[in-house]
Amino acid sequence: MITAVPLSSSAADEGSPQAEVNSTHVELTSVSKRFAGVQALREIDLRIERGAVHAIVGENGAGKSTLGRVLVGAVRPDAGQIRVAGQAVSFRSPHDALVAGITGIAQELALLPARSVLDNVFLGVESRRRFGRVDKAGMSRRFADLADQVGLQIPSRALVRDLSLADRQKVEIMRALARKADLVVFDEPTAALSVDETALLLDTVRRLAATGTTVVFISHFLKEVLAVGDRVTILKDGAHVRTVRTSEESEASLVEGMLGRSLERMFPARPPRPREQRAALEVDRISTRTGIDGVSLRIASGEIVGLAGLVGSGRSELLHAIHSGAGVTSGAVAVDGSPRRIRSPRDGKRSGIALLPESRKDQGLLMERSASENVVLGQLAGIARWGVVRKRSERAVARGLVERLGLAGGRISSPVGTLSGGNQQKVLLARCLLDRPAVLLADEPTRGVDVGAKHSIYELLISLAAEGAAVLFASSEIEEILELPHRALVLREGRIEAELEEGAISEDAVMRVALGASPRGGDVG
Amino acid sequence: MSAAVKSSRSRRPWPQGARRVPVGVLREYGIVASFIVLFVTLSVASDNFLTRSNLENILSQQSPTLIVAAAGTLVIVAGGFDLSVGAIVALAGIVTAKVVGAADPWLGVAAGLATGAALGLGNGIITTAGRVSPLIGTLSTTFLIRGGAVLVTAGGLVTIVDPSFATLGQGEIFGVQVSIVVMAATVGLLAFLLAATTYGRGIYAVGGNREAARLAGIRVEIIRASTFVLSGLAAGLAGAILASRVATAQAETAVGLEFTVLAGIVVGGTSIQGGAGAVWRTVLGVLFIAMINNGFTLLGLDPIYQQIVQGAIILAAVAVDAWSRPAAA
Repeated sequence: MITAVPLSSSAADEGSPQAEVNSTHVELTSVSKRFAGVQALREIDLRIERGAVHAIVGENGAGKSTLGRVLVGAVRPDAGQIRVAGQAVSFRSPHDALVAGITGIAQELALLPARSVLDNVFLGVESRRRFGRVDKAGMSRRFADLADQVGLQIPSRALVRDLSLADRQKVEIMRALARKADLVVFDEPTAALSVDETALLLDTVRRLAATGTTVVFISHFLKEVLAVGDRVTILKDGAHVRTVRTSEESEASLVEGMLGRSLERMFPARPPRPREQRAALEVDRISTRTGIDGVSLRIASGEIVGLAGLVGSGRSELLHAIHSGAGVTSGAVAVDGSPRRIRSPRDGKRSGIALLPESRKDQGLLMERSASENVVLGQLAGIARWGVVRKRSERAVARGLVERLGLAGGRISSPVGTLSGGNQQKVLLARCLLDRPAVLLADEPTRGVDVGAKHSIYELLISLAAEGAAVLFASSEIEEILELPHRALVLREGRIEAELEEGAISEDAVMRVALGASPRGGDVG
Repeated sequence: MSAAVKSSRSRRPWPQGARRVPVGVLREYGIVASFIVLFVTLSVASDNFLTRSNLENILSQQSPTLIVAAAGTLVIVAGGFDLSVGAIVALAGIVTAKVVGAADPWLGVAAGLATGAALGLGNGIITTAGRVSPLIGTLSTTFLIRGGAVLVTAGGLVTIVDPSFATLGQGEIFGVQVSIVVMAATVGLLAFLLAATTYGRGIYAVGGNREAARLAGIRVEIIRASTFVLSGLAAGLAGAILASRVATAQAETAVGLEFTVLAGIVVGGTSIQGGAGAVWRTVLGVLFIAMINNGFTLLGLDPIYQQIVQGAIILAAVAVDAWSRPAAA
């Protein structure tokens, strides 16, 4: 065999580049997917052109990642059809998708850190000589071609653990190409990259498309999408809004398409700022081993404060440091004016601080136990006599709270894992409310819940503040930072870099600070 | 291409969607149904099964196992694992025998219980503050404790001469064997602890989701360690009962008990992964296995198959548990 192997594994003939761009690579027809009560995808129709960069945008929870996972075979749709190069396929695993030439570059890379770049690229597809001996020379030749294609300038012997994140991503892309993938799905590839690395990655993406590989590019950085995409699909609440050429879109038009509704209707009216500025929570120069670097803040009773920042800026770490002293090396916390020594979640609870953790599944709920048991978990002493749980008061307490949160009352005895994401979040919030906290720390309070539940969670945070609690919430959703709080704090690298008052909070101001001195693709000024 | 994809070899027939529900029901009530079926079958198949003496015999024989398994259920539900119970039974029995000989029976039982509690506390500390995994931690202490037992007895028998001590293992009260009464009281207490108290809620929380429990303000390490203390205490009591039954104690007592106990817990439907289960399940599980062995004897079946049947049942129970959980995404 001496024929050159074409990059695309499909039988399509190698026509002119023009012809290739116009041919359909993948076509989805009314693809739907439902997760535990949340409709992640609703009858999506989508056509992806061969050799193009197809961007997908949408809010968090709009279904972008689910769509990407359907394409790479990690998620099986409940309904609908997928055609690759005109033929119907049904992927039951990522392996099936790879056989059809489709693979993904995950947010968390899956490389073997202690092995060389070469070994990682050809892992599982090593060229072999007789008796199973690995053909090093042959692999080195192919490696050079692949490295050229993605612009990797690292020797093949280098160990992956010594590589920068951007180079590791390139290794991952080379691995995809070495497996003869002709469609690569990128899911938020730039989320953890610096500005320079991002530019290089976008360059690589263009390069891939230029050599005939189709790219699906999922991102919420609209500037990147406009810069790199040929076409863009907007998703909202799991439904397809529109797919158009990126040249016909602007950042503003994308945002409008993504939100599809006015922010005023989504967010309840902000309550007036508390008149008396009695500090409910005071944090004085707190530093942690987890990267928080001398953060001080003060939140008044009845005030709602938003905490913004990129992934890795230390939002969760700050909330945990306040709630349980996690990793704290220095600094002090006072609640309602009196200093507190907080070394564990128990101390935090006793001091009147409640935490709504980021991950319901990992940090919040006992999925196999009932909703009511989950609600009362933090306050067992309150429903027990002589250490024996009084079922009747347990049910009464749980039912009262859960009704306040708008969860159907009859369901409190079913395992919490069978409830929808929104209802699970309400159960967790109910647990926080049971503590009657002076301070509520909420980490991504609306992550993975549907629009209706979001609205009631906003209302709940507001009513809690109206009752006198200080609310500090961290959020990745810029609209929440813009619309909900009286004040926004912007974290970057473990420090509060900006404090924006209501009225002065804008997406531009927040992102500029969050991204640091050289804003991504934006003008400095 | 599509044909290749469709015929591709990705097969996961079990934990998919609709199948999950029946498997969950199987885990929930499988042991109850199996227990009843086996009980009825044996009653019909053998004239000697459904007799007072046979049933009382089973219960009395299983008393030490039931006591240890009931406490072991708490350990497992809390996410732990106690392999050292057999060794604790042996050492506690030896201590009991020695103290009975030197002082009196009551002090002997107390000394056995104290030994069990102290060894359990050691396990608890090693696996929490010491951060050693429960499996490896209690495997190590098994060797330590058995070795200690050989050291204390110099490899021989400790004989109990005080005849009044035999009451615990052999005597009767109100026409029922004392060991059965002690077992019922202990198992009942442990069942109550797990099912009805705030402590029990803590155990479920710690085993079900450790980080969630911690963030909810539950003292995770104290609860985990305390279940090992209870397990040690129960093993101490079982050791005293066994010593009383045979009027001797030795280092080789209760070898392999940990596996019998574990088998009973798992067959009852308590999840080996922690966070779910109940003491009543363990009681049914232990008695189910005991009835199978009893059946082999009564029906004159070849005892060679006894172990094979037991192994298959344990495997089935663990598989049902695994299938009834949502597959990790």
